[in-house]
Amino acid sequence: MSFPWSWNLVTDFRLMWAFTFIQNAYYAGTIIAVVAGLIGYFVVLRRSSFATHALGHVGFSGAAGAVVIGVNPIYGLLAFTLSGGTGMALLGRRASTRDVEIGTVLAFMLGLGLLFLSLYNGYATEAYAILFGEIEGISTAQVIFTLEMAIVVLAVLALLYRPLLFSSLDEDVAEAKGLPLLVLGTAFMLMLAVAISIAVQVIGVLLIFALMVTPAAAAVRLTRRPLYAAILSVVIALAATWLGIFLAFFYATPSGTQFPVSFYIVSLAFGLYVVVRVAVAPYGFRRSARAPHAARRSLDS
Amino acid sequence: MTPSAALSTGIGSSLPREPVLRADAVEVGYPDKLVWHDATFSVERGEFVAVIGPNGAGKTTLFRLILGLRRPNRGRLTVLGEEPRRGNPRIGYVPQRHSISYDTHVSAETLVRLGASGASWGPRFKFREDREATRRALEAVQASELGEKALGQLSGGELQRIFLAEALVGDPEVLLLDEPLSNLDLRRSRELVEVVHGLVTERKVTTLLVAHDINPLIECLDKVIYIANGRVATGTPEEVLTSRSLTELYGVPVEVLHDSRGNIVIVGGENPHEEDRP
Repeated sequence: MSFPWSWNLVTDFRLMWAFTFIQNAYYAGTIIAVVAGLIGYFVVLRRSSFATHALGHVGFSGAAGAVVIGVNPIYGLLAFTLSGGTGMALLGRRASTRDVEIGTVLAFMLGLGLLFLSLYNGYATEAYAILFGEIEGISTAQVIFTLEMAIVVLAVLALLYRPLLFSSLDEDVAEAKGLPLLVLGTAFMLMLAVAISIAVQVIGVLLIFALMVTPAAAAVRLTRRPLYAAILSVVIALAATWLGIFLAFFYATPSGTQFPVSFYIVSLAFGLYVVVRVAVAPYGFRRSARAPHAARRSLDS
Repeated sequence: MTPSAALSTGIGSSLPREPVLRADAVEVGYPDKLVWHDATFSVERGEFVAVIGPNGAGKTTLFRLILGLRRPNRGRLTVLGEEPRRGNPRIGYVPQRHSISYDTHVSAETLVRLGASGASWGPRFKFREDREATRRALEAVQASELGEKALGQLSGGELQRIFLAEALVGDPEVLLLDEPLSNLDLRRSRELVEVVHGLVTERKVTTLLVAHDINPLIECLDKVIYIANGRVATGTPEEVLTSRSLTELYGVPVEVLHDSRGNIVIVGGENPHEEDRP
């Protein structure tokens, strides 16, 4: 179904908001964009993006397994990503950059997920939802569960924020200062596992990068301050999600074909990333006007 | 000179207080190999000490003992009068780092500030104090103008000054600097040594600096800790860096040569097995 579109965004929004599934999509999408944007900043800082991608695939087999035994896929996702994340953390931080080993496990997990789905009759739709997300199919109960998970992640992140930042940037000094690296690394992987599990509802395991990595990768190029970068990462994830749902609702080709929400979210995140990469110098905006003054001042003193 | 004379501590007796660092017959090693043994020395408050020796001789191991990241097998080591413990805020540490990834976008100021705030959990309401301490630390290493730059943008010498500020931000009494000069050319080495020497003389920060080459340091040093061949020799540069004392230490003939500018070259003594150690 396609809806009449006007340039009056308020009217458009009211029209759209009359549907419960759209409300739920916005609620879940907002919660997930906040969590994914924040955790994503640490993913970029710790160079764990491949581990993130791999955890998504581990989650896929968990979700598929849950479908086979008639359980809500989110529980399968959580069970598999949490144990996979713990495993990676215990192998040490260096392990998250071992791409050959991770890739091997990733492929096996995808195969396992395929097996589980072939054992299940509703093969196509369930697989599609897990692989690419189904934000317009989120129930009110799922929104509440997502919110609960998000609150847990954000509470833990608020507690760990500075030590996690410190150990991500400067492991050796953080260790000498008495920070427990293994505990921090494990806590991070567990937060990542929960963030991925809830984000899969929106974007699916194959597109998880677009919410967990792309917004933060753009954000770090816009500011050198971690807090601002994390906030910007959330803003970019929110923009892609909100605009994506909106466009998917209203836009249809002349023949009436509508594009999936995930496509819009991924494309918007990608577009923002490209704009940032093209428009901004490698280390952020230059402050060329300030530099000579700073140099002169240090000479004067 | 007898071995015991070469290994004695000698100087700093004018200070009445407990030495900053005291090692008493310390032995350290792994189950399958000894790193060094029978080390007895002390470092007094406000001394600038170079830790010298071939690769793998156990220079970093000494720092790990002081930081409480390792325990000695035997003997006793005290730091500022107490047992070494992890997270001692009175010690500032700059580990050996080859480089920082070029795509690190975080500002230098952030890293220095984390030196003050990074080990505190949960919300922290000391924004002003942290900012002020960060500003002072950057100023102390003459890097105020680098604070806003991204870490990936800095040169080797600039990075070392930032790492130094990060270690200095909590006003430590002891600084442990592991090979800060290793990737710097001679001019940058001397500049950094001058900054460190300034901290030692102005703030009375006791400083241990691991170096490959003693020459950029030699004019400002109070003491040398020379680690080689599983043994540790301590004293003033004039005492330790002589052909006789190093021959004692290595157990094979070693020559210490001086050029016209006072630079030192040590010939021989590099045990091939030492070089193989990781």
